[in-house]
Amino acid sequence: MTTVPKPVPVPVQLGLPRRLVEFALDDEPVRVPEGSTILDACEAVGKDIPTLCYGDTLTPKNACRVCVVEVEGARTLAPACSRKAEPGMTVRTDTERARHSRKIVLELLASSVDLSTTPHVAGWIREYGAEPDRFGPDAATVADRAPKVDNDLYVRDYGKCIMCYKCVDACGDQWQNTFAIAVAGRGFDNTISVEHDAPLTDSACVYCGNCIEVCPTGALSFKTEFDMREAGTWDEDAQTEATTICAYCGVGCNLTLHVQDNEIVKVTSPHDNPVTHGNLCIKGRFGFQHVQNRD
Amino acid sequence: MDLHFADAKPTDEERDAVDGYLGPPESGWEGGERTEADLRWARGGHAARDRRDLLLPALHAVNDRIGWISEGALDYVCRRLTIPPAEGYGVATFYAMFSVNPRPARVVHVCTDLACAARGSRALVAALEDRLGPAGAARDGAVWQPSPCLGLCERAPAALVIQAGTAPGSGPSDAGQAEYATAVVAPATAEGVVAAAHAPQAAPAEPQAAEAVPQAGDPGLVLLRRIGIVDPADLDDYRANGGYTALRHAFALGPSGVIREVLDAGLVGRGGAAFPTGRKWEATARQPERTHYLVCNADESEPGTFKDRVLMEGDPYALVEAMTIAGYAVGAHRGFIYLRGEYPRALHRLNHAINQTRARGLLGENVLGQGYAFDIEIRRGAGAYICGEETAIFNSIEGQRGEPRSKPPFPVEKGLFGKPTAVNNVETLVNVLPILERGAAAYAATGTEGSTGTKLFCVSGTVSRPGIYELPFGATLRELMDLAGPPESLRAVLLGGAAGGFVRPDELDIPLTFEGTRAAGTTLGSGVVLALDDSVELPRILLRIAEFFRDESCGQCVPCRVGTVRQEEALHRIADRTGAAAATDIALLREVGQAMRDASICGLGQTAWNAVESAIDRLGAYE
Repeated sequence: MTTVPKPVPVPVQLGLPRRLVEFALDDEPVRVPEGSTILDACEAVGKDIPTLCYGDTLTPKNACRVCVVEVEGARTLAPACSRKAEPGMTVRTDTERARHSRKIVLELLASSVDLSTTPHVAGWIREYGAEPDRFGPDAATVADRAPKVDNDLYVRDYGKCIMCYKCVDACGDQWQNTFAIAVAGRGFDNTISVEHDAPLTDSACVYCGNCIEVCPTGALSFKTEFDMREAGTWDEDAQTEATTICAYCGVGCNLTLHVQDNEIVKVTSPHDNPVTHGNLCIKGRFGFQHVQNRD
Repeated sequence: MDLHFADAKPTDEERDAVDGYLGPPESGWEGGERTEADLRWARGGHAARDRRDLLLPALHAVNDRIGWISEGALDYVCRRLTIPPAEGYGVATFYAMFSVNPRPARVVHVCTDLACAARGSRALVAALEDRLGPAGAARDGAVWQPSPCLGLCERAPAALVIQAGTAPGSGPSDAGQAEYATAVVAPATAEGVVAAAHAPQAAPAEPQAAEAVPQAGDPGLVLLRRIGIVDPADLDDYRANGGYTALRHAFALGPSGVIREVLDAGLVGRGGAAFPTGRKWEATARQPERTHYLVCNADESEPGTFKDRVLMEGDPYALVEAMTIAGYAVGAHRGFIYLRGEYPRALHRLNHAINQTRARGLLGENVLGQGYAFDIEIRRGAGAYICGEETAIFNSIEGQRGEPRSKPPFPVEKGLFGKPTAVNNVETLVNVLPILERGAAAYAATGTEGSTGTKLFCVSGTVSRPGIYELPFGATLRELMDLAGPPESLRAVLLGGAAGGFVRPDELDIPLTFEGTRAAGTTLGSGVVLALDDSVELPRILLRIAEFFRDESCGQCVPCRVGTVRQEEALHRIADRTGAAAATDIALLREVGQAMRDASICGLGQTAWNAVESAIDRLGAYE
């Protein structure tokens, strides 16, 4: 997996500067611009809160609940990724209650989904003492779903999907406005699907790959990455990353080329790029073969 | 929006069903014949997309006519409404009453939920398996399936037959398709269900709603006083029995005066959360942003709850009048009734009542000549308990998947269509009538300080007189049970429904008030009082509760989506175990339950573990 550069929160100042909100975070006073979330505040002071469904380029969906924190006076825990900081609120990020919920969420996910390609999660499972195996060998899981390989560009391996909704949001009105995929079904049986569960090639998909860019688990991956993982040749440590400018048109999107053994194996785009915010089109994302066509 | 469609085409009947609801398409852009003119003019933008809220009714139109939703039909609906087909598919597959796979025109929903389980649904299901084949298998033009609570608990066990077909009264179609029909079979016998499954039109008529009210005619009744007394189809009869005096009072008081009365009366919501109604209305009315909406939550789906159905079937004009008052108070000109899809008679009665009141100027541009415009639209649910959650109901009406939204923002700020919205349960709204008729002080004189007025209780299970009872707040559970005729060997009472909690037979002196039940560590919830005698296998009941929540979880957040599955698995494992053999799994249930309560997005996940926990802690299940 690539390491996406940590986004630098650069507030775009329009008119008057935003007021600051002061509240107590783990018994320390913090001040953040109005409209910031608890997660923003945690990042500003260097507190590490686990997140899965949170995307730095998307509106928080707060579906995974792994970032929950305790807000004094509230009946339930609050998702740090979307709860806005309010003046005078008292937030604790590391209470037993919050840690318990995070641990259970990790256990529920790790026991029902293949998290083998999800960055950071193995560390969190250790940190929170999660034991996904305790639900027994018969625990229902989606990890056995077969990967959907129906086109030459990318693979949808829904056995790895935690239903974070990020691909749907990136495909829909938050970025691409293609609306090729949506959540279908209900409850534990829900999936990300095109209409009538058709192959991607029969859908509205334009192969921008912006869903891959936001996928937190590797459920969506380049066909190149999927094939190399199958063959056992995928080696992130041996990869280099080079950020350049896409040569196809005049927009000037940044491409980050992931290179292994002198072959481009994957293309991403920096999330803090003011042009792309991590988004590309099919040409920038997948049109790299000519670079390495040596015939 | 640049939509992409596959080549699937609707059949003539499907097209007819959709056009029958939406009207004929205006151009090739929305699914009509493509003409020369279409090439020089594009229909799109907000005007085309703003009809998304018609998606659910359009899907109903197809399902009512054909019995299921084919690729061609779904694509046609999406073309007509400019909806991406992936999203249309996501919505159609969210609801249990819809199928995107072929199935017979006649579907039999057989309730296997708590109240019916206590009254023999297992034997019924076994008999149906013999006579109709296994659940889900089509035979002789019909298919049966187990169903969550159908809200017919006083007549348990219950079944509902829905026959897809042409509009009632329009006769069979050219292709020979019969008319749409529904039949409620309750109490259900295998013979009755089989007969109705093959000819729902010929099924015996349902008993009157008043049959569900053992106290009917008692002069002490407030909310139920007209049930069994007035003809629910007759507006004049309603008016002759005190109808529309409350609305006249409301106009005399003005919107803020109405809110003041409701605040002073101490009315709190009857849907389960017990939030002060007046505060909700005041907060909605105060929002400077227009338009304001009123939503009546009639998606009564909590297992064991049927009070709203009886109110809507027995006294439908009361709800129409109460909604008019609520709309006036909060500054709304449009009200929606979100009615659960499994209530055909309530739908019929409310439709009739709304048409009558509209024709008589009690709804419409100028209500009672007072210059206030208000109208009501009914939206049918399609089999999703979660849509009774106050924000999921908005998504469902808007044509999105019925998933709850994050709060804040709260509905009073951003509700239906992103506008300030007051959302109230049926029983809550109907309480507004006696408040305005008698005055806040007189209303509040009944009940206790913390719980004013009267409360409807849905009594079911092993009692001799199940039904809806109305008692002043403060009566004890024992008094209620005595009215209903308790079983000789009471094992437990489930208070508040599947999201509520069990109490023991030695706890019958709990006062039935919000504060009294809270102090006793339980809840009134939606007013469910389900009595279980000692013939009931408790682990089986608990498993049914867990199965219910697993089925009804929308799947949005992890604690609920996976947590409900893990809880059901654990309850399966210990179904025949006790003591030390169950201890590990009970610890697991507690840990998962705590995270569900703390970290789920909405009330469904937060309360899904309540009843099972109370059975372990209070009843000593698995000991």
